[in-house]
Amino acid sequence: MRRWVWLSAVAAFAIAYPLLLSSPFQQRLGALVLLYAIAASAWNIVGGYAGQVSVGHVVFFGCGAYAAMGSYAKFGLSPLFGIPGGIVLAVGLAAIVGVPTLRLSGHYFSMATIAVAETMRLIVTNTEWLGAAVGLSGPAVPRNMFDLSFLSSLPYYYLFLAVLVITLLITWWMTNSRMGFYLRAIKDSERAARSLGAPASRTKLYAYMLSAALTSVAGALYAMMFGFVDPESGLGILISVKILIMAALGGAGLLFGPLVGAAILVPLEEISNSWLGGKGAGLTFVVYGAIIVLIARFQPGGLLSLLTGRSKRKIDKGASHAP
Amino acid sequence: MSFVLVQVIVGGLLLGAVYALFSSGLTLVWGMMNIVNFAHGDFVMLGMYVAYVVYTLMGGGPILGAPLATLVLATVGVLVYFALIRDIMKGPMLAQILGTFGLALLLRYSVFWWFGANFLSMPPNIVGGTYAVAGLRIEASRLLAGVVALLVTLGLHLLLTRTSLGSKMLAVAEDQTAAQLMGIRPDTMQAIAWAIAAGATGLAGALIANFFYIVPTVGETLGIVAFVTVSLGGFGSVPGALVAGLLIGVIESLSGYLIGAVYKDIVVYVLFLSFLWFRPQGLMGKM
Repeated sequence: MRRWVWLSAVAAFAIAYPLLLSSPFQQRLGALVLLYAIAASAWNIVGGYAGQVSVGHVVFFGCGAYAAMGSYAKFGLSPLFGIPGGIVLAVGLAAIVGVPTLRLSGHYFSMATIAVAETMRLIVTNTEWLGAAVGLSGPAVPRNMFDLSFLSSLPYYYLFLAVLVITLLITWWMTNSRMGFYLRAIKDSERAARSLGAPASRTKLYAYMLSAALTSVAGALYAMMFGFVDPESGLGILISVKILIMAALGGAGLLFGPLVGAAILVPLEEISNSWLGGKGAGLTFVVYGAIIVLIARFQPGGLLSLLTGRSKRKIDKGASHAP
Repeated sequence: MSFVLVQVIVGGLLLGAVYALFSSGLTLVWGMMNIVNFAHGDFVMLGMYVAYVVYTLMGGGPILGAPLATLVLATVGVLVYFALIRDIMKGPMLAQILGTFGLALLLRYSVFWWFGANFLSMPPNIVGGTYAVAGLRIEASRLLAGVVALLVTLGLHLLLTRTSLGSKMLAVAEDQTAAQLMGIRPDTMQAIAWAIAAGATGLAGALIANFFYIVPTVGETLGIVAFVTVSLGGFGSVPGALVAGLLIGVIESLSGYLIGAVYKDIVVYVLFLSFLWFRPQGLMGKM
């Protein structure tokens, strides 16, 4: 019962936020929190629930971002058409990359995902057709609604809110399905899960593909909001890192963990950037680094696990299985 | 074989020796504690900046810069071990990856914040000149780096295999409890391993600072080079790292020369991925 009270309160706040705090900066901040929450929630499916720590999720983000901007820049189509294209691209790439890499355990999987992401970044940076280092741009001024390019952040806010709700519903549905149970078993001990007949490889691959699809949607929305994409903003490893940190800070493997993480880190970054200017970019990541080290050291389950308390046991249990 | 090709291969071998040096630090820690240091490349970056600062502040060349960078980084290694690694080693894997990754960001962007994103370079007169060896023209800074790195890597191997300290460290790697029963303190041995591993990165960083671009993000690429080297050479093995490091140096130089400079990193990454693809179990030792 208490859960529903909390949930309604958060939902009411989320709907009212841009009307209560209506300055352009605050609305943009709200939209960015939701956008990163989408990406971090998508990562959570494979990184949090399945325990496969991908550090290369930016490749799927990039699929969406490049598909959205590419459909406009190359074919004159609304970036909206790029979303399904990005999903197909991301799921296909996840299948190709996932089969060999998901066999790797632990650190090896993480390292392989970094190598995949960096390879993609280098290839795109040297591909003239994709704008090379300059990148691709969307329509300069909003032409019509279907371009999803607006002058104000308000439409983006509600669009992102809707996509986030869908993402969380999919995640929630997944955790309560057979797939969710398999994933948790695999996370606790893959060998035990296999010996009990859980199709570990297939389940991990499905989770990876689902996560990739949702991440590409986040990438497409990001590109539309900013109106352009280049190798740094669409395929830079720091995007992966931000997504991962938000999920881990809030609580990896918890439904609302990524949202909590995004709600803390995005304002931190935006405010420090607006205060410190260009030099702030470096300092922001120093703070990011410090936070992530402290979380890893003192609260490996994330902040939300402090509130719920129940995952503390899970973490302790998980520790004994750690390689 | 064309003459230029020989020149390229020799250059690759000299750079590969430095790769071997800092990779042997990663492989040592990895083999002993089963923890992957995602900040390893950034340790090398830190070594480059220490050498740079030593030059700009004191004007000392590599004679002063290299030992100081080694010492500073060894200290950093010990501090990192006691402040972070000792605790996250017992934690879940996500915490291990996060911990060292966060450390990488912390180091990389502290340097970025302090020095800016500009490419720095050592003045050419630090280790200047070019030698002609058997008709090949080799820059003195590269020759110095390659030779010193090769000697120190061999020295590390001897330290691990021929001294009592080495035996103690290997005993801890083998079986902590048994080592403890023999009166060896695992904590001390692991701290020493971190000092050696990070010290090696400091020395390697100071050596390549003379001819490599010095930039805060250089550790990202170097970190991946170290992962490839360790995966290729077999984890925990210093001789493996040496052979793999030399090989990667040559492959990188050849692909840079034959295909183009921008593609040499891609070649390294693809090499790494195909290695993980074909030998995932063999590389880890256990599954």
